[in-house]
Amino acid sequence: MTALTRWIRRNLVVIAGIGTLAYLILPNVVVLVFSFNKPNGRFNYAWQRFSTDAWTDPCGVADLCGSLSLSLKIAIWATIGATVLGTMISFALARYRFRARPAVNSLIFLPMAMPEVVMAASLATLFLNMGVDFGFWTILIAHIMFCLSFVVTAVKARVMSMDPRLEQAAQDLYASPAQTFLRVTLPIAAPGIAAGALLSFALSFDDFIITNFNAGSTVTFPMFVWGSAQRGTPVQINVIGTAMFAVAVLCVLVGQLAGARRKRS
Amino acid sequence: MTVTATPEAPPDDAPPHKPPLIKPAVRKRLVPYWLLLPGILWLLVFFAAPLVYQASTSVQTGSLEEGFKVTWHFQTYWDALTEYYPHFLRSVLYAATATVLCLLLGYPLAYLIAFRAGRWRNLVMILVIAPFFTSFLIRTLAWKTILSDSGPVVGALNSLHVLDVTSYLGITEGQRVLATPLAVVCGLTYNFLPFMILPLYTSLERIDPRLHEAAGDLYARPFTTFRKVTFPLSMPGVVAGTLLTFIPAAGDYINAELLGSTDQKMIGNVIQSQFLRVLDYPTAAALSFILMAAILTMVTVYIRKSGTEDLV
Repeated sequence: MTALTRWIRRNLVVIAGIGTLAYLILPNVVVLVFSFNKPNGRFNYAWQRFSTDAWTDPCGVADLCGSLSLSLKIAIWATIGATVLGTMISFALARYRFRARPAVNSLIFLPMAMPEVVMAASLATLFLNMGVDFGFWTILIAHIMFCLSFVVTAVKARVMSMDPRLEQAAQDLYASPAQTFLRVTLPIAAPGIAAGALLSFALSFDDFIITNFNAGSTVTFPMFVWGSAQRGTPVQINVIGTAMFAVAVLCVLVGQLAGARRKRS
Repeated sequence: MTVTATPEAPPDDAPPHKPPLIKPAVRKRLVPYWLLLPGILWLLVFFAAPLVYQASTSVQTGSLEEGFKVTWHFQTYWDALTEYYPHFLRSVLYAATATVLCLLLGYPLAYLIAFRAGRWRNLVMILVIAPFFTSFLIRTLAWKTILSDSGPVVGALNSLHVLDVTSYLGITEGQRVLATPLAVVCGLTYNFLPFMILPLYTSLERIDPRLHEAAGDLYARPFTTFRKVTFPLSMPGVVAGTLLTFIPAAGDYINAELLGSTDQKMIGNVIQSQFLRVLDYPTAAALSFILMAAILTMVTVYIRKSGTEDLV
């Protein structure tokens, strides 16, 4: 008994951590299980019986796959836009001393310290008053806006921690500035840029609040799920959610394996 | 390039590749501004300008048909505050509770990943991040299933008479969890937990484990080590994590909408419905301006406090 209590005391933090992990994972398990449900009514909240109907017909609900491909399209363009603009800003911040630095730093920080609903409402007010039609472009503009800061944070950290002597060495070896940038600077900054891009993609793809205000009648995937919470939740959204989870885990695992193999060879 | 005999021209015996002095220097000074220009312009036009514009909208009056005009109608602020102050208080209360819960739940997990996970570290890390990739709305809807009235969670809480206690405290109602403050706070905690865990992990991971050994060698008990060494050193992560949790939670309206009832509406719900349903733009603008000011003030005070206070 004392051995058991001692073991529990020693591993208390592990037990608590695993509990938190379970709390984090539980909804995903529910989403997975209920993707095999065959609900009686329009809502997929109570278990009825096993069925693979939704998996064999994932696009069987009107507008679902259309909204999914729209979300993918927006996420890809927003990632490209935010990554390019954000990387340029982070190089300027990490490499140069200039007078506007503090102002630029706070302009980058503020969007991250602002509740989304404030940014969403104010941007929508601007669009409304300029008479802009809400739709694909307004969503894209908004997504690039809020992803930018996250890219800057990710890339800047990486560029700042880079040894400046590496670039000096390249120049000592007669590399032109362009060569130095392409062969030395960019490869070193690449993990930061990749992290920023990945974060942008995830944030844009999953964004609801800002899209809710700036989409007009255009329906992205999160907007579709939101609407379905009122009209009735098709089983297919669980299928899509599970598939997204599986693809993400698979990508990470493949990346890890590739990394481990590279390290070994 | 043609070299003319100007007074500034270098003498012939100077090294031929020596660059001319003035022009590249100016050009070089402009490089950061060229790099900044497109991104900063984007933020100025689509982030900063709308905030200013919104401030002006909040003091306008008019209607959708006749158009809105700036009339310096500060009454809107007063009306908004007197009508919706319960929503403001509720938002702060729910967000603060969720933040504390996130810290209590997230700290052990971040600690586990940083010091105890060993070769499982990457796997646990993946398990923390991967749920992100299932749309958070779908995951929030899953809580509707988990907390449903006939589900096992409510059943267990009922048979343990926990719900009697919580409804006495006013955080649940009757024999249900859904459509109560408990459900909304549970959803908020769940949704923003990774934002707490990741910064905590980052700052815990930087701690040299030999510091723990040193504390142990100096006869500190494990809890004393944590209180005097680990926790103070993880303070940057605690500050970042609480901010990253509190700010989005205070403006959130998804959890209150999906898991709560009309009695749990937060300020985000009010702004959303004023803007998208009632189409009362001045009120929506005033409310979001108040929310922004309140949060920025709280964040500034919090950062000052946590920065200057003696933490050890």
